[in-house]
Amino acid sequence: MVNAVDLLRQQIIACETTLRDLHGQLAEAERVQQEREKILRQKPFLSHDPLDHDMNFGIPDDFRSEVFAVLEHESSAQAASDIPAKKKWPLEKNEYTRYGRQLIMPEVGLHGQLSLKHARVLIVGVGGLGCPAAAYLVGAGVGTVGLVDGDTVEESNLHRQILHSTARVEMTKVESAIVALTSLNPNVKLVPHIGRLTPETAIATFKDYNLILDCTDTPASRYLISDTCVMLGKRLISASALRIDGQLMVLNNPPLPPGDTNGGPCYRCVFPKPPPPESVVSCGDGGILGPVVGVMGVLQALETIKLLTQPQSSSAAIDPPSLLIFSAYSNPMFRSIRLRSRKAKCAACSTQATISPSALTSGSLNYVQFCGNVGPINALTPQERISPKNFAKLRSGVNPFTGTRSSKDNHILIDTREEVQFELGSIDGSVNIPFSAIETTVPISEYSKDHDMEAGQEGWAAQLRQSEKPIFVICRRGNDSQMSVQKMKQLGLDFGGKRFIGDIRGGLEAWRKSVDAEFPDY
Amino acid sequence: MSNEDDVPITIEFSGGLEILFGDQKKYSLLLPAKDESGAPANVAFLVRHLCDKVMKDPRKELFVLDDTVRPGILVLINEADWELEGEDKYEVQKDDHIMFVSTLHGG
Repeated sequence: MVNAVDLLRQQIIACETTLRDLHGQLAEAERVQQEREKILRQKPFLSHDPLDHDMNFGIPDDFRSEVFAVLEHESSAQAASDIPAKKKWPLEKNEYTRYGRQLIMPEVGLHGQLSLKHARVLIVGVGGLGCPAAAYLVGAGVGTVGLVDGDTVEESNLHRQILHSTARVEMTKVESAIVALTSLNPNVKLVPHIGRLTPETAIATFKDYNLILDCTDTPASRYLISDTCVMLGKRLISASALRIDGQLMVLNNPPLPPGDTNGGPCYRCVFPKPPPPESVVSCGDGGILGPVVGVMGVLQALETIKLLTQPQSSSAAIDPPSLLIFSAYSNPMFRSIRLRSRKAKCAACSTQATISPSALTSGSLNYVQFCGNVGPINALTPQERISPKNFAKLRSGVNPFTGTRSSKDNHILIDTREEVQFELGSIDGSVNIPFSAIETTVPISEYSKDHDMEAGQEGWAAQLRQSEKPIFVICRRGNDSQMSVQKMKQLGLDFGGKRFIGDIRGGLEAWRKSVDAEFPDY
Repeated sequence: MSNEDDVPITIEFSGGLEILFGDQKKYSLLLPAKDESGAPANVAFLVRHLCDKVMKDPRKELFVLDDTVRPGILVLINEADWELEGEDKYEVQKDDHIMFVSTLHGG
């Protein structure tokens, strides 16, 4: 029979423990409340977006539960590895379950899964291509995945860069991806390389990996990655996407030493010279559909899994080099093109190669210079430009220079963004003449020389000729507006200098910063 | 104005190049069988023909540079890189499918 005294003592101890625990919780709650009040005083208004996880108030519950799930998983994995028993099975117990659906496929099997587990894959660029590629490779159980990126997460990335989240805006892309990938599969070793890949760091970064994925977005990085892969004998899976199109190539496969003509072509064999910088369009300027770049990233993961799981026997045929073209609005959407083999005079992979590891590490190869660079242009004189602030004053009817008042309807404001962008929001009273129309307009005199006169060829310009009001030109960022001003003068719209034509410095981006903070930022 | 000596071919633009050609991706074209000097029409002549007769955009430098297709454009003859077919010396055949693909860099 249980002693009543002992029983009561136990109850008291239990109650005291609970009390201590409650005191602890109270202290914590008070501390959190104080912090909260402090922050509330500092931050007058908070986001009303329900998806905006404000980390100031603690970790959101769904995030916490994921962290716990991962921790628990790791501790059980730890417990299992504490027993130094002779391993009975080549994979861990949980791995059979996790990878079961791919393990039972003849294309993978136990052999393939072990190859994946021992593989080290580097993903350069953790954006629209890198996110889906990393998700599938980590999901499939690639043993080590390295991630290279120097950028931080921005809100405009989230429609396509599926590893990042609203709560992690401003976190580095590499750290954000590691949070998501760890919760997806804690078995995979993730190696962060936070920072932009440079010629000086490329060899050191690549050397410990078996295979490289180029998920970057500039020609300069594409040449650097390809050259480094050739020098180190690594296969390269390269993809790119813009608007509704995507391209995919497996390069340097087989990865034979430079000079061996049986090796697969490199990026330089296919594109010996970089494109003129003005022909290169970024996703920020051209736009990109999330699933389009997603498809390309997923295909990179697929090609990686195919290469890593193929049997090592020499009889395994290597696919001839090809370029896969994806076009979301064409039928068929996919098309495969046969590519050339290694180029006899390739600067990277031929016997005449001029690109060497020492040239790379010494920094004597300037990839940015090689590819050229279009920075912000400065095509107009200061007299042809006006700041957004002064333009706002002018619109209100006050001349910013003389202070005199005049009629509000004293000028023409032309917005040169494409129609879709103009529809997203525009300054009251502005007229939309897309840059594509301005740029392709040929002066009538020149045009009629070798073409029949076509009505409307110069429609917009003819209309502007009917007025003598000064013309102000605005665009998204302040480059196209300058080119447009030059073009208008070329077309004689300034009546030989009698009429003012100028642009608004910095475009609508500057307008938003210094005049109208509510103007849509897209 | 079809001529018996014209060669019917299909031209296709991809990767954004269609913007230079009136936003039209595919063209069925009758290419004169002989070039300016009377030699059989090759791809170099086709590129000149496209530039002079088909291209709507005045920015020729976005398609042609130094008398050949600018860097960053792949020319594919019947689904193969033109380097496999003799580059711009390749003589255009009836019903050829010639594609111009601009490289993309976004990611």
